[in-house]
Amino acid sequence: MADPGEGKKEEADYKRMHSFPLIRHTDMPEEMRVETMELCVTACEKFASNNESAAKMIKETMDKKFGSSWHVVIGEGFGFEITHEVKNLLYMFFGGSLAICVWKCS
Amino acid sequence: MAITRLWDLSASIPSYTVLCRRGNLSQKKYEAKFSVPPTDIVQSHPDLITCVKTGTITPPPFVFARFMATKTNFRSERPLYPSNEFNFRKQRAATVQALETMPTRMPPVKAKMIAGTAPGQAQKLTAPKPPKGFIKKKEEDDSTDLGDGAEEWSQPKALTKPPDQLQLTEAELKEEFTRILTANNPHAPQNIVRYSFKERTYKPISAVDQLAVHFSLDGNMLHKDSDEARRQQARIGVVENSTRKEPAAPEASEKNEGEEARADSSAAGEEGAGGEEMTTRSKKERKLTNQFNYSERASQTFNNPLRERASQTEPPPRATFSSTANQWEIYDAYIQELQKQEKLKEKQKTSITKKDDDPRRKLPSADSQSDDIGKVSKSSKIVERMVNQNTFDDVTQDFKYFEDVSDEFRDQEGTLLPLWKFQYDKAKRLAVTALCWNPKYPDLFAVGHGSYDFTNQHHGMLLLYSLKNPSFPEYIFNTESGIMCLDIHREHPYLLAVGFYDGNVAIYNLKTATTHPNFMSSAKSGKHTNPVWQVKWQKDDMDKNLNLFSVSSDGRVVSWTLVKNELFHTDVIRLSLEGSAPEGPEGAQPHATGCGTSFDFHRQIDYLFLVGTEEGKIHKCSKAYSSQFLDTFDAHNMTVDAVRWNPFHPKVFISCSSDWSVKIWEHNVKTPMFVFDLNAAVGDVAWAPYSSTIFAAVTTDGKVHVFDLSVNKYEAICQQAVVSKKKMKLTHIEFNPLHPVLIVGDDRGHVISLKLSPNLRKLPKINGSFCSIFRHVTRERLCVRHLSGTQCGARPFIPRTAGVWMRGVM
Repeated sequence: MADPGEGKKEEADYKRMHSFPLIRHTDMPEEMRVETMELCVTACEKFASNNESAAKMIKETMDKKFGSSWHVVIGEGFGFEITHEVKNLLYMFFGGSLAICVWKCS
Repeated sequence: MAITRLWDLSASIPSYTVLCRRGNLSQKKYEAKFSVPPTDIVQSHPDLITCVKTGTITPPPFVFARFMATKTNFRSERPLYPSNEFNFRKQRAATVQALETMPTRMPPVKAKMIAGTAPGQAQKLTAPKPPKGFIKKKEEDDSTDLGDGAEEWSQPKALTKPPDQLQLTEAELKEEFTRILTANNPHAPQNIVRYSFKERTYKPISAVDQLAVHFSLDGNMLHKDSDEARRQQARIGVVENSTRKEPAAPEASEKNEGEEARADSSAAGEEGAGGEEMTTRSKKERKLTNQFNYSERASQTFNNPLRERASQTEPPPRATFSSTANQWEIYDAYIQELQKQEKLKEKQKTSITKKDDDPRRKLPSADSQSDDIGKVSKSSKIVERMVNQNTFDDVTQDFKYFEDVSDEFRDQEGTLLPLWKFQYDKAKRLAVTALCWNPKYPDLFAVGHGSYDFTNQHHGMLLLYSLKNPSFPEYIFNTESGIMCLDIHREHPYLLAVGFYDGNVAIYNLKTATTHPNFMSSAKSGKHTNPVWQVKWQKDDMDKNLNLFSVSSDGRVVSWTLVKNELFHTDVIRLSLEGSAPEGPEGAQPHATGCGTSFDFHRQIDYLFLVGTEEGKIHKCSKAYSSQFLDTFDAHNMTVDAVRWNPFHPKVFISCSSDWSVKIWEHNVKTPMFVFDLNAAVGDVAWAPYSSTIFAAVTTDGKVHVFDLSVNKYEAICQQAVVSKKKMKLTHIEFNPLHPVLIVGDDRGHVISLKLSPNLRKLPKINGSFCSIFRHVTRERLCVRHLSGTQCGARPFIPRTAGVWMRGVM
């Protein structure tokens, strides 16, 4: 508050510190979880400014890898209540401001 | 499609015509006549009409005509026209004929349909007849029909006539019936009047509705000549023309048609022109759809095929999850995570917790794995048993059905047939120290493993096998100390009492899935200081607490009661060397105590029990006196390995010892009734559950001896080596309570099941029963007065399990 420069620095610090992916909730098996997480990170970094394309990429890749009917939500603020197939849900934060929810339900 | 009714006024009796038309009533499609008014006219199929007479004759409604819709007339109708009276039989005949001839006509009709393709064209075929009116045509039909029809579809077909068809002469057949059909209903009221308010009078109503519509079905298509069709055509034509003009081909539509005709006739046209023709034709032949009753194929959805419920799989399990994501939550989560990470780092710096973490992580995974296995454990168990049944099929057959035929010729001796051999890899080096059948499940038995080599004592093992699965134990319990004895509770067959080499007594509950005993004595709660040689469940005490007894070589017989998950002990008796003089000096000399090695409780007299000792003595004791013996037998010269009451006779017991002998006693007599020398140390002896005179013993030279006192009082009727003499010793034997099978255990951890041949399981004759033998022996050899018959009769003993032979003797 006191100094805008300091605030900026803090923000940058926060961005740097908080860039790692943070899994909030998942019931996936270990291997699948790691793979999905990496995919989410890749997609969000690739389409840093376009959440829609990132979501599309994640969905399509997941469909290919783990069978059809995956759903992906990426955004900075949203609420949801979903029904998912057991062991097919991942809810994570990324980049300090993004929430990503990936689940499968056919 | 519509079916209307006409009335024939010319006939002497009313005759009814059913008229079916297509489209806008302008064109008759087919008609049929009846002499009875059909009350129900049903079109069940586009080509088939069923007229049903329902009325007083019903139930059931009877079909009295059925005819093809595609045919202009109905030939076999002739019999339907009786000259002046309605003949039911005739009508029947006609119906039958109609029904029979129908299928033969079907194929040509179909062919015609295919040839005609469009319904419009099919109608055209009928069109040449003057469409003046159906009345005239009907008249024509009657006469011309036969010729017409035969030419067209049924020339080669001979009519199959039912036997009861009316025989009509040629003249009768040719007879013509002329009738005038009118659309006016003769029964319709002519004089309906209605009040006219305008003229203030009743006025007859001229237009009475004469048309009776029975059935109408709107088609998908429109008739070409109907107004709606014309309108549609005009519209399409307009559109077509307009589109035609656009692509720079200003030809008139007539010309188009002309071209098309040419192209059709000349079969192969030029390619370019042909393509154009195709498009025009497809436009020309555009369907005239009934807009209210037509759905495009493209707009129809796909109908999923029905599936049997049984063939459907369970849907994958689902769960719901809900959350909200917004900036502050994300921020908080990150902050929290960072703090956690920092803490972890600190911890790692200060201590070496990481190693501790790993096994923790592994443990849950291992747990979950075992859980997964638990899910299939039941089915895998069934499969295991099935596989075993397959591999051991011959043994199972033997167990169930094999009877040694040679027994008949061997007079009295019998044989033992080895069946399954039970072994478990991890119990290979451990001797079988105890055997016990489950009283509830006759295929289940418990085996205790330990060691009789006292310089080489290590762990023990408790296994429960089932005859249904000889390859692997049903239950496995590892114990720290060697097991020396075990017993299964009679009323609660899931409770196992176990005595250990280290002097402890434990209770295992098979219902709980634990690897440890549910209850165990401890040094504090008065465990034995020497190996426990035998444990026995007794009746619950007065407070309904579980109660068991144990005997140990520390000279104590202890009663254990299970009160609220704790074992409480009471010393029942302390064995002393001097028999009934344990006072004074005995207390000062601890080495003077006797060493109990076996005991058995009387079945009827609750307080009475026997204790065999290492010194070769057998004490008859009472639960009531803790320091005195009722009696002492100088039974053997070496350790008494087993002592057992006879299950049928209340006074007789048997004992065996390492001094090679087996002795049978009457508990009131100091000297044995029978003495058998088996030429090797006897490990165990057991009474048969089915006969009072049969018992079996095992010796260390690997032999099983079976005696039947009613057959031979001096020698075994079966003496069979079960294991190789040099390497293995037999340690224990037990009869199955139900099947003619006994199990023996050896000192290498094997348990062998043996089937008794018929000679070994004879039920004793009344004269051969133990009671008479026993009486005989006593008179002959002992001549003891108090064993006289009167005393025997004074207290008649009829055990529940004993057969009739006992009662007969008593």
